[in-house]
Amino acid sequence: MVESAAVDQLVEEAKAGDHLAFEELVRATHADTYTLAYRLVGDEEDARDVVQETYLRAHKGLKRFRGDAQFSTWLHRITANCANTYLGRRGRHDHDPLPEDPPIADLHPQIDPEQRASNGDLRSQLTEALQALPPKLRAVVVLRDIYDLPHDSIADQLGITESAAKVRLHRARKRLREKLYPLGDEEHARAV
Amino acid sequence: MRCETVSLQLAEIADGHTELSPEAARHLATCLRCQAELAQYRKLLRALTSLRTQYVIPDERLLDDLLEALRPPADVYRLHRRNRRAAYIGGIAAAATAGAAGAIVIASRLAANNKPSLAS
Repeated sequence: MVESAAVDQLVEEAKAGDHLAFEELVRATHADTYTLAYRLVGDEEDARDVVQETYLRAHKGLKRFRGDAQFSTWLHRITANCANTYLGRRGRHDHDPLPEDPPIADLHPQIDPEQRASNGDLRSQLTEALQALPPKLRAVVVLRDIYDLPHDSIADQLGITESAAKVRLHRARKRLREKLYPLGDEEHARAV
Repeated sequence: MRCETVSLQLAEIADGHTELSPEAARHLATCLRCQAELAQYRKLLRALTSLRTQYVIPDERLLDDLLEALRPPADVYRLHRRNRRAAYIGGIAAAATAGAAGAIVIASRLAANNKPSLAS
Protein backbone atom coordinates (compact mmCIF):
# COMPACT_ATOMS: atom_id res chain seq x y z
CA MET A 1 0.00 0.00 0.00
CA VAL A 2 1.09 3.55 -0.68
CA GLU A 3 1.80 5.63 2.43
CA SER A 4 -0.82 8.14 3.47
CA ALA A 5 1.42 11.15 2.74
CA ALA A 6 2.12 9.85 -0.74
CA VAL A 7 -1.61 9.37 -1.30
CA ASP A 8 -2.27 12.93 -0.17
CA GLN A 9 0.34 14.19 -2.61
CA LEU A 10 -1.18 12.16 -5.45
CA VAL A 11 -4.63 13.48 -4.57
CA GLU A 12 -3.39 17.06 -4.79
CA GLU A 13 -1.73 16.41 -8.15
CA ALA A 14 -4.80 14.63 -9.47
CA LYS A 15 -7.01 17.50 -8.33
CA ALA A 16 -4.74 19.85 -10.27
CA GLY A 17 -5.52 17.83 -13.40
CA ASP A 18 -2.61 15.36 -13.47
CA HIS A 19 -4.19 12.25 -14.92
CA LEU A 20 -1.14 10.11 -14.25
CA ALA A 21 -1.44 10.96 -10.55
CA PHE A 22 -5.03 9.74 -10.60
CA GLU A 23 -3.89 6.54 -12.31
CA GLU A 24 -1.41 6.05 -9.48
CA LEU A 25 -4.22 6.48 -6.98
CA VAL A 26 -6.21 3.82 -8.79
CA ARG A 27 -3.24 1.47 -8.74
CA ALA A 28 -2.72 2.09 -5.02
CA THR A 29 -6.34 1.67 -3.96
CA HIS A 30 -8.09 -0.64 -6.41
CA ALA A 31 -7.56 -3.85 -4.41
CA ASP A 32 -9.02 -2.23 -1.29
CA THR A 33 -11.94 -0.81 -3.24
CA TYR A 34 -12.56 -4.13 -4.94
CA THR A 35 -12.50 -5.94 -1.59
CA LEU A 36 -15.13 -3.62 -0.15
CA ALA A 37 -17.25 -3.87 -3.29
CA TYR A 38 -17.01 -7.66 -3.20
CA ARG A 39 -18.00 -7.73 0.46
CA LEU A 40 -21.00 -5.56 -0.27
CA VAL A 41 -22.36 -7.19 -3.42
CA GLY A 42 -21.05 -10.72 -2.85
CA ASP A 43 -20.16 -11.42 -6.47
CA GLU A 44 -16.92 -10.93 -8.40
CA GLU A 45 -18.42 -9.68 -11.65
CA ASP A 46 -20.78 -7.30 -9.88
CA ALA A 47 -17.89 -6.07 -7.74
CA ARG A 48 -15.93 -5.21 -10.90
CA ASP A 49 -18.83 -3.12 -12.17
CA VAL A 50 -19.15 -1.36 -8.81
CA VAL A 51 -15.42 -0.61 -8.74
CA GLN A 52 -15.50 0.85 -12.24
CA GLU A 53 -18.46 3.06 -11.38
CA THR A 54 -16.74 4.08 -8.14
CA TYR A 55 -13.62 5.35 -9.89
CA LEU A 56 -15.59 7.09 -12.60
CA ARG A 57 -17.52 8.96 -9.91
CA ALA A 58 -14.37 9.62 -7.90
CA HIS A 59 -12.63 11.01 -10.96
CA LYS A 60 -15.56 13.25 -11.73
CA GLY A 61 -15.96 14.42 -8.15
CA LEU A 62 -12.32 14.64 -7.10
CA LYS A 63 -12.31 18.43 -7.10
CA ARG A 64 -15.03 18.32 -4.43
CA PHE A 65 -12.86 16.17 -2.15
CA ARG A 66 -11.83 18.59 0.58
CA GLY A 67 -9.56 16.28 2.52
CA ASP A 68 -11.63 16.37 5.73
CA ALA A 69 -11.49 12.58 5.76
CA GLN A 70 -8.82 10.25 4.37
CA PHE A 71 -8.97 9.61 0.65
CA SER A 72 -9.60 5.91 1.36
CA THR A 73 -12.60 6.78 3.57
CA TRP A 74 -13.97 9.05 0.85
CA LEU A 75 -13.54 6.22 -1.64
CA HIS A 76 -15.26 3.77 0.71
CA ARG A 77 -18.27 6.06 0.87
CA ILE A 78 -18.50 6.24 -2.90
CA THR A 79 -18.09 2.47 -3.15
CA ALA A 80 -20.88 1.96 -0.60
CA ASN A 81 -23.12 4.31 -2.53
CA CYS A 82 -22.38 2.63 -5.87
CA ALA A 83 -22.89 -0.83 -4.39
CA ASN A 84 -26.18 0.25 -2.86
CA THR A 85 -27.36 1.63 -6.20
CA TYR A 86 -26.19 -1.54 -7.91
CA LEU A 87 -27.96 -3.82 -5.45
CA GLY A 88 -31.12 -1.74 -5.73
CA ARG A 89 -31.02 -2.09 -9.50
CA ARG A 90 -30.17 -5.77 -9.31
CA GLY A 91 -32.84 -6.53 -6.72
CA ARG A 92 -33.74 -9.72 -8.49
CA HIS A 93 -32.97 -12.14 -5.69
CA ASP A 94 -34.34 -12.35 -2.18
CA HIS A 95 -30.98 -13.67 -1.08
CA ASP A 96 -27.62 -13.93 -2.77
CA PRO A 97 -26.22 -17.31 -3.70
CA LEU A 98 -23.04 -18.23 -1.91
CA PRO A 99 -20.17 -17.41 -4.26
CA GLU A 100 -17.05 -19.50 -4.68
CA ASP A 101 -14.29 -18.46 -2.32
CA PRO A 102 -12.21 -15.73 -3.95
CA PRO A 103 -8.45 -15.63 -3.37
CA ILE A 104 -7.56 -13.50 -0.36
CA ALA A 105 -4.35 -11.94 0.89
CA ASP A 106 -3.38 -10.73 4.35
CA LEU A 107 -1.57 -7.41 4.32
CA HIS A 108 0.14 -7.91 7.64
CA PRO A 109 1.05 -11.59 7.96
CA GLN A 110 4.07 -10.70 10.12
CA ILE A 111 1.91 -9.43 12.97
CA ASP A 112 1.24 -11.98 15.72
CA PRO A 113 1.30 -15.05 13.44
CA GLU A 114 0.17 -17.51 16.15
CA GLN A 115 -2.85 -15.46 17.04
CA ARG A 116 -3.61 -15.03 13.35
CA ALA A 117 -3.39 -18.76 12.78
CA SER A 118 -5.81 -19.48 15.62
CA ASN A 119 -8.14 -16.80 14.29
CA GLY A 120 -7.95 -18.17 10.76
CA ASP A 121 -10.85 -20.56 11.15
CA LEU A 122 -13.02 -17.95 12.79
CA ARG A 123 -12.31 -15.48 10.02
CA SER A 124 -13.15 -17.92 7.29
CA GLN A 125 -16.39 -18.85 9.10
CA LEU A 126 -17.08 -15.18 9.53
CA THR A 127 -16.53 -14.45 5.85
CA GLU A 128 -18.99 -17.20 5.03
CA ALA A 129 -21.50 -15.94 7.56
CA LEU A 130 -21.21 -12.40 6.18
CA GLN A 131 -21.95 -13.60 2.67
CA ALA A 132 -25.02 -15.43 3.96
CA LEU A 133 -26.50 -12.25 5.44
CA PRO A 134 -29.15 -10.36 3.47
CA PRO A 135 -27.39 -7.55 1.53
CA LYS A 136 -29.07 -4.79 3.57
CA LEU A 137 -27.78 -6.16 6.86
CA ARG A 138 -24.42 -7.10 5.40
CA ALA A 139 -23.80 -3.59 4.07
CA VAL A 140 -24.21 -1.98 7.47
CA VAL A 141 -22.05 -4.41 9.42
CA VAL A 142 -19.32 -4.37 6.77
CA LEU A 143 -19.20 -0.57 6.65
CA ARG A 144 -19.38 -0.10 10.42
CA ASP A 145 -17.42 -2.98 11.89
CA ILE A 146 -14.83 -3.63 9.18
CA TYR A 147 -14.38 -0.19 7.58
CA ASP A 148 -15.23 1.90 10.64
CA LEU A 149 -17.55 4.34 8.85
CA PRO A 150 -19.69 6.38 11.27
CA HIS A 151 -23.43 5.68 11.51
CA ASP A 152 -24.45 8.97 9.87
CA SER A 153 -22.21 8.36 6.87
CA ILE A 154 -23.49 4.80 6.47
CA ALA A 155 -27.06 6.08 6.63
CA ASP A 156 -26.25 8.71 3.98
CA GLN A 157 -24.70 6.28 1.54
CA LEU A 158 -27.41 3.67 1.95
CA GLY A 159 -30.24 6.19 1.82
CA ILE A 160 -31.70 5.25 5.20
CA THR A 161 -32.07 6.99 8.55
CA GLU A 162 -29.38 6.74 11.17
CA SER A 163 -31.67 4.86 13.52
CA ALA A 164 -32.51 2.38 10.74
CA ALA A 165 -28.77 1.88 10.22
CA LYS A 166 -28.34 1.15 13.93
CA VAL A 167 -31.21 -1.32 13.95
CA ARG A 168 -29.75 -3.13 10.95
CA LEU A 169 -26.34 -3.23 12.59
CA HIS A 170 -27.83 -4.72 15.74
CA ARG A 171 -29.64 -7.40 13.73
CA ALA A 172 -26.59 -8.17 11.63
CA ARG A 173 -24.33 -8.59 14.68
CA LYS A 174 -26.93 -10.78 16.37
CA ARG A 175 -27.25 -13.03 13.32
CA LEU A 176 -23.50 -13.32 12.95
CA ARG A 177 -23.09 -14.20 16.61
CA GLU A 178 -25.81 -16.84 16.42
CA LYS A 179 -24.21 -18.30 13.31
CA LEU A 180 -20.71 -18.39 14.73
CA TYR A 181 -21.65 -19.42 18.25
CA PRO A 182 -24.65 -21.69 18.07
CA LEU A 183 -26.40 -22.56 21.34
CA GLY A 184 -24.19 -24.60 23.59
CA ASP A 185 -21.02 -22.90 22.43
CA GLU A 186 -21.12 -20.31 25.17
CA GLU A 187 -18.61 -22.15 27.31
CA HIS A 188 -16.08 -21.72 24.54
CA ALA A 189 -16.66 -17.99 24.31
CA ARG A 190 -16.48 -17.65 28.07
CA ALA A 191 -13.00 -19.12 27.99
CA VAL A 192 -11.79 -16.46 25.50
CA MET B 1 -34.10 -7.87 34.86
CA ARG B 2 -34.27 -10.84 32.50
CA CYS B 3 -31.46 -12.08 30.24
CA GLU B 4 -33.65 -11.54 27.15
CA THR B 5 -33.93 -7.83 27.94
CA VAL B 6 -30.21 -7.38 28.58
CA SER B 7 -29.39 -9.41 25.50
CA LEU B 8 -31.03 -6.75 23.32
CA GLN B 9 -28.44 -4.22 24.50
CA LEU B 10 -25.35 -6.42 24.32
CA ALA B 11 -24.91 -6.17 20.55
CA GLU B 12 -24.82 -2.39 20.89
CA ILE B 13 -22.45 -2.03 23.82
CA ALA B 14 -19.91 -4.57 22.56
CA ASP B 15 -18.02 -1.95 20.53
CA GLY B 16 -17.66 0.32 23.57
CA HIS B 17 -19.46 3.29 22.06
CA THR B 18 -22.56 2.98 24.23
CA GLU B 19 -23.16 1.89 27.82
CA LEU B 20 -25.62 -0.45 29.43
CA SER B 21 -28.39 1.00 31.54
CA PRO B 22 -27.51 0.75 35.28
CA GLU B 23 -30.11 -1.97 35.78
CA ALA B 24 -28.74 -4.03 32.89
CA ALA B 25 -25.19 -3.49 34.13
CA ARG B 26 -26.16 -4.90 37.55
CA HIS B 27 -27.67 -7.94 35.86
CA LEU B 28 -24.60 -8.44 33.69
CA ALA B 29 -22.29 -8.34 36.72
CA THR B 30 -23.88 -11.49 38.11
CA CYS B 31 -25.15 -13.36 35.03
CA LEU B 32 -22.69 -15.77 33.45
CA ARG B 33 -24.94 -16.36 30.46
CA CYS B 34 -25.01 -12.66 29.52
CA GLN B 35 -21.29 -12.32 30.22
CA ALA B 36 -20.64 -15.17 27.80
CA GLU B 37 -22.85 -13.54 25.19
CA LEU B 38 -21.00 -10.25 25.56
CA ALA B 39 -17.69 -12.09 25.20
CA GLN B 40 -18.98 -13.60 21.96
CA TYR B 41 -19.91 -10.18 20.61
CA ARG B 42 -16.50 -8.79 21.49
CA LYS B 43 -14.75 -11.68 19.82
CA LEU B 44 -16.97 -11.25 16.79
CA LEU B 45 -16.08 -7.55 16.56
CA ARG B 46 -12.36 -8.29 16.85
CA ALA B 47 -12.65 -10.81 14.04
CA LEU B 48 -14.57 -8.32 11.90
CA THR B 49 -11.92 -5.66 12.50
CA SER B 50 -9.21 -8.11 11.50
CA LEU B 51 -10.87 -8.54 8.10
CA ARG B 52 -9.88 -4.95 7.32
CA THR B 53 -6.36 -6.02 6.38
CA GLN B 54 -7.51 -9.01 4.35
CA TYR B 55 -7.89 -8.25 0.69
CA VAL B 56 -9.85 -10.14 -1.90
CA ILE B 57 -7.43 -10.34 -4.81
CA PRO B 58 -9.03 -8.94 -7.94
CA ASP B 59 -8.70 -10.44 -11.36
CA GLU B 60 -5.54 -9.24 -13.15
CA ARG B 61 -7.55 -7.53 -15.88
CA LEU B 62 -9.38 -5.29 -13.44
CA LEU B 63 -6.66 -2.66 -13.21
CA ASP B 64 -6.14 -2.51 -17.00
CA ASP B 65 -9.87 -2.23 -17.57
CA LEU B 66 -10.13 0.53 -14.98
CA LEU B 67 -7.30 2.56 -16.47
CA GLU B 68 -8.77 2.11 -19.93
CA ALA B 69 -12.20 3.28 -18.75
CA LEU B 70 -10.63 6.29 -17.04
CA ARG B 71 -8.53 7.40 -20.01
CA PRO B 72 -9.27 11.09 -20.42
CA PRO B 73 -11.48 12.07 -23.37
CA ALA B 74 -8.67 14.30 -24.67
CA ASP B 75 -6.54 11.25 -25.40
CA VAL B 76 -9.41 9.58 -27.17
CA TYR B 77 -10.01 12.76 -29.14
CA ARG B 78 -6.32 13.04 -30.03
CA LEU B 79 -6.33 9.41 -31.12
CA HIS B 80 -9.40 9.95 -33.28
CA ARG B 81 -7.95 13.15 -34.70
CA ARG B 82 -4.69 11.36 -35.53
CA ASN B 83 -6.63 8.54 -37.20
CA ARG B 84 -8.74 11.05 -39.12
CA ARG B 85 -5.65 12.88 -40.32
CA ALA B 86 -4.08 9.61 -41.48
CA ALA B 87 -7.26 8.68 -43.31
CA TYR B 88 -7.42 12.14 -44.91
CA ILE B 89 -3.81 12.01 -46.12
CA GLY B 90 -4.32 8.45 -47.33
CA GLY B 91 -7.42 9.53 -49.24
CA ILE B 92 -5.58 12.38 -50.93
CA ALA B 93 -2.70 10.09 -51.83
CA ALA B 94 -5.08 7.49 -53.28
CA ALA B 95 -6.94 10.14 -55.27
CA ALA B 96 -3.69 11.60 -56.58
CA THR B 97 -2.45 8.15 -57.60
CA ALA B 98 -5.73 7.36 -59.34
CA GLY B 99 -5.67 10.75 -61.08
CA ALA B 100 -2.11 10.26 -62.29
CA ALA B 101 -2.90 6.77 -63.54
CA GLY B 102 -5.98 8.09 -65.35
CA ALA B 103 -3.94 10.87 -66.96
CA ILE B 104 -1.34 8.42 -68.20
CA VAL B 105 -4.02 6.21 -69.74
CA ILE B 106 -5.72 9.15 -71.45
CA ALA B 107 -2.40 10.54 -72.69
CA SER B 108 -1.37 7.20 -74.08
CA ARG B 109 -4.72 6.80 -75.89
CA LEU B 110 -4.49 10.30 -77.33
CA ALA B 111 -0.99 9.58 -78.51
CA ALA B 112 -2.17 6.37 -80.14
CA ASN B 113 -5.03 8.23 -81.93
CA ASN B 114 -2.70 10.96 -83.23
CA LYS B 115 -0.24 8.54 -84.83
CA PRO B 116 -0.27 8.89 -88.67
CA SER B 117 -1.93 5.95 -90.39
CA LEU B 118 0.35 3.85 -92.52
CA ALA B 119 -2.47 2.64 -94.73
CA SER B 120 -3.35 4.81 -97.66
